[in-house]
Amino acid sequence: MTEPVIEPEARRLNVFLVDDHAMFRAGVRAELGVHVDVVGEASTVSEAVSRISAVQPDVVLLDVHMPDGGGRAVLEAVRRAHPQVRFLALSVSDAAEDVIGLIRAGARGYVTKTISPDELAAAVRRVADGDAVFSPRLAGFVLDAFASRPDVPVADPELDQLTNREREVLRLLARGYAYKEIAKELYISIKTVETHVSNVLRKLQMSNRYELSRWAADRRLV
Amino acid sequence: MPGNFPVARAYVTCDDRRVTIPAPPQPRRLYRPRDQRIVAGVAAGLSRHLGVPVLAVRIALVVLLGFNALGLLLYAAYWAVLPQEARGEEKPVRRDLSALLPFAAIGLGVVLLQAQLFGDSVSTTAGWMIAVIAVGAGVIWHQSDPSRRDAYTDNPASAPWFAAIVSENDRRSFLFRFIGGGILVAVGIIGVVAVYAPSGSLSAVFNGVIFAFVGLLGVGVVVAPLVWRTFGQLRAEREGRIREQERAELAAMIHDQVLHTLALIQRNSTDIKEVQRLARGQERSLRNWLYRPTASPTERFAAALEQAAAEVEDTYAITVETVVVGDTQCDERVAALVAAAREALVNAARHAGVQTVSLYAEVEEDELSVFVRDRGAGFDMGGVAKTRHGVRGSIIGRMRRHGGRAEIRSEPGDGTEVRLMLPITRESVTAGKESVR
Repeated sequence: MTEPVIEPEARRLNVFLVDDHAMFRAGVRAELGVHVDVVGEASTVSEAVSRISAVQPDVVLLDVHMPDGGGRAVLEAVRRAHPQVRFLALSVSDAAEDVIGLIRAGARGYVTKTISPDELAAAVRRVADGDAVFSPRLAGFVLDAFASRPDVPVADPELDQLTNREREVLRLLARGYAYKEIAKELYISIKTVETHVSNVLRKLQMSNRYELSRWAADRRLV
Repeated sequence: MPGNFPVARAYVTCDDRRVTIPAPPQPRRLYRPRDQRIVAGVAAGLSRHLGVPVLAVRIALVVLLGFNALGLLLYAAYWAVLPQEARGEEKPVRRDLSALLPFAAIGLGVVLLQAQLFGDSVSTTAGWMIAVIAVGAGVIWHQSDPSRRDAYTDNPASAPWFAAIVSENDRRSFLFRFIGGGILVAVGIIGVVAVYAPSGSLSAVFNGVIFAFVGLLGVGVVVAPLVWRTFGQLRAEREGRIREQERAELAAMIHDQVLHTLALIQRNSTDIKEVQRLARGQERSLRNWLYRPTASPTERFAAALEQAAAEVEDTYAITVETVVVGDTQCDERVAALVAAAREALVNAARHAGVQTVSLYAEVEEDELSVFVRDRGAGFDMGGVAKTRHGVRGSIIGRMRRHGGRAEIRSEPGDGTEVRLMLPITRESVTAGKESVR
């Protein structure tokens, strides 16, 4: 094994696209190709599972809705065998149950398809570095899902509650603040903001609060 | 939506706006076919479903005839319960009634043989009588099947007397068969009485129980399948209607909105601003239609805020990224908050010089808060002329009049954030949340 010695910043990321619409894949490939290497595409769940396992990219851009099972099926099939592959949900759907479902299955973030190419490239980079990517909308969903309801019994308070700081960070994210601006607003470092966001993502993925997904489905809130 | 009923799922993606409605899978069902039948098609239907030759099923039924008329009982039960195959395009094959003769001969032979071997004529006779009752009940029940009524109209050709009894397509046979079925049931009951009447006192009690049981069974056989099938038909009809309605609604919406917008975009393809405005408006309306519960902007806080954002988007050709957490009912004060938020959005759209403005609102237990943020030009609050009323009157003054407060944070070059806060009472929030859930 001879690992080429390159600076982490200089290394170009390998990105894989999963979307059932060829037009959209072509568009993303053209926009993103400047920043990263698009190493593969797939339009179905089975195709995606086999090709991602073969290519082992750094980041997979994953569509939520596909004809034969959707992004969640891909995530569940690939994630166990290849935990180093990271997933970023890229969806036109902004139904809370879709997004929360994908995040709970292990996606590291969620962005909508209207995102600008530069922002998308930055999001891919951040996910590859191990951080979480929250769009304002996702922050809103999470706040809604974790909204304190005193009548709901909490199974594991440590896991199921957001700390006040995490809640504050999410609120600022939902208000359209960038990480840098949140750090400035709360007088903390950017690294701390990233830690809070990652913790929220972890709680979202690990929370045994079964109402979370049910809640989203019941309310069909966006 | 009840249970796992396959809802026609519609989704739209941004690149080619395709809408897919997959049809639910067709379950495999047991039918009585219209062709290949001699009497009512029970044997043919069973053989098709089980994949065994039809002759084997018929012989099995005839042999079972010997055992207290079990074959007849089974046949009547299947006849009563199984739905007939849907009418296809093909012409139904004319039935060859002479094919019945060998089966009748076999059945008679089996019965005679049994009588010779066991001589236990009483129980055999009782079984036959019950079978007769069952067949009669089946006949009566078939007359009351609603799907059969329209079937009477399409085969008016008259048939021999036997066909008049077994035919399902002859309108004239309706009364004939109803009376025939009734006579069969009556004869069966009388027969059972006749068989058991001369017995002793202990068996008389037993006979009473048998009669009651037979009567109940007859009623059950007549009523239960009818109820069961009518219910099934109603459900199938309802499912079909819902699916059809959903499809029609979707088609109408796509025609009214998507197609018209696409036509407008084609005609205005050089005017980028106009194309963006049209596309944005269309996206919003499709999203609302697909994902969002409908709420009246005059009643719900979130809906009112989203409507205000939509108006600003359309008027000023910008994107308002709206996130609303929680919801509550609208009253005068909440409406004032929405109006102030709208004014802040308008200011951002007109003066900030950016394409995207963030709108975040949160419903907390004791407070409503709204934040409008842009990353545009920004301004110096001190430098705003006293004569301008946009900020002072419409935002700060309005909030103050309704018991809330407004903060404006702006630095030239670093964008603007307008924060609006409105204290509320706990009850109105709770009521709002409950009515949404």
